[in-house]
Amino acid sequence: MASGVMNQLKNGLWRDNPGLVQLLGLCPLLAVTATFVNGLGLGLATLAVLVASNALVSATRRWIQPEIRVPIYVLIIASLVTCIELIFKAWFPDLDRTLGIFIPLIVTNCAIVARAELYASRNPVGASILDGIAMGLGFAMLLMTIGAFREVIGQGTLFARMDMLIGGEPMRGLVLADQGWLLLVLPPGAFFSLALAIAAKNAIDRRRLESKATLSRRARKLNR
Amino acid sequence: MTERPVWTGGVTLAVIAAVCTALVALTFQLTAQRIADNEKAFLERNLQPALAGLFFDSPVTESKLTIPQPHDLPGSESAIVYRVYASEEPVAALFVVSARDGYAGPIRLLIGVSMDGTITGVRVLEHRETPGLGDRIEITKSNWVLQFDGHSLRDPEPGKWKIRGDGGSFDQLTGASITPRAIVKAIKATLAYFEANRETLFTLPADPVDDDTGETD
Repeated sequence: MASGVMNQLKNGLWRDNPGLVQLLGLCPLLAVTATFVNGLGLGLATLAVLVASNALVSATRRWIQPEIRVPIYVLIIASLVTCIELIFKAWFPDLDRTLGIFIPLIVTNCAIVARAELYASRNPVGASILDGIAMGLGFAMLLMTIGAFREVIGQGTLFARMDMLIGGEPMRGLVLADQGWLLLVLPPGAFFSLALAIAAKNAIDRRRLESKATLSRRARKLNR
Repeated sequence: MTERPVWTGGVTLAVIAAVCTALVALTFQLTAQRIADNEKAFLERNLQPALAGLFFDSPVTESKLTIPQPHDLPGSESAIVYRVYASEEPVAALFVVSARDGYAGPIRLLIGVSMDGTITGVRVLEHRETPGLGDRIEITKSNWVLQFDGHSLRDPEPGKWKIRGDGGSFDQLTGASITPRAIVKAIKATLAYFEANRETLFTLPADPVDDDTGETD
């Protein structure tokens, strides 16, 4: 059981990462990741919607005829996003103002429908919640990584405006440079950063595969 | 699986729709008050700094006056004016107007003007300017917007109500001149409007108070 949990987490965070491998939900990923706090905020919101939608879809899977499953997913996801939007407006009003339209647009994040269709509709509630956590974390980690990268290089700061999430006075964050390389903050920078992240993941995977291959070759030589 | 009649699908859909609606309604009930409070606090918090150093004793948000199009203020939508009083005497007006020619859409500005026509403060309420460049008009990012305090329509002289790059006397922002230019222009237009309409502005009745706390946006 424990190894199954680890396996699912590994799937979401690395092997099947919704952003890096499945390339789902790229619209919010590219649009809001100009800073770390934006990435973290949208990552948390998406994580919450994903976990709740997986749980609801899985809990109702026995009563849902296949012909009407898609409208039901849409209904469930849209309601959950509306709830999350209201919660953000009530408790994180500043963050809601910066993320703006991208909170309601979580509705159109195809990663969420994909998990409902591919996983939650055929697995028990517990496993579906775990899948939501794993995939949501994978997505949130990617949003945060790209957000931090673009903020540091594009703006010269890190963790600026964290007060939007944790409250208190406006924070300018860690100021590393007076000015950054603007390109990274602009939309093209989002595409470059995502491409770099995907390339880095592929390079790491290949290196792992190669070192595994050399290890087994050496083992075979020794056996001979 | 046995063939089920079509209407059972409709029933399932209706039941789930009802449950989802209930969920949203419940969340709305739980958050409505907080959201209304947040919005009022946000407004008050943003109105105060534009009235720096001014004594007033009226609740600012209660003297709201909406000026519909067409008007001579900057912006293509209705402008809002909050009138500020001290012992029932008018002391200042707060304008919410839009600078239309920003780099990325309109920039919503709050401009405080005291009765003698000097600026008591300027704040940016909403904008879509480039992060890292044009967004330094926000007070949380830089002090750029403070340079207008204390100026009036004839200080600097009207020909100098421009950014330095255009031969005026206001600082621009490194790498962004369209944004500052738009804001300087909007402030100047607002000051001119205030001078022309100072008397009538304070005689018009306030908007009816909206008690509907459920109103979000």
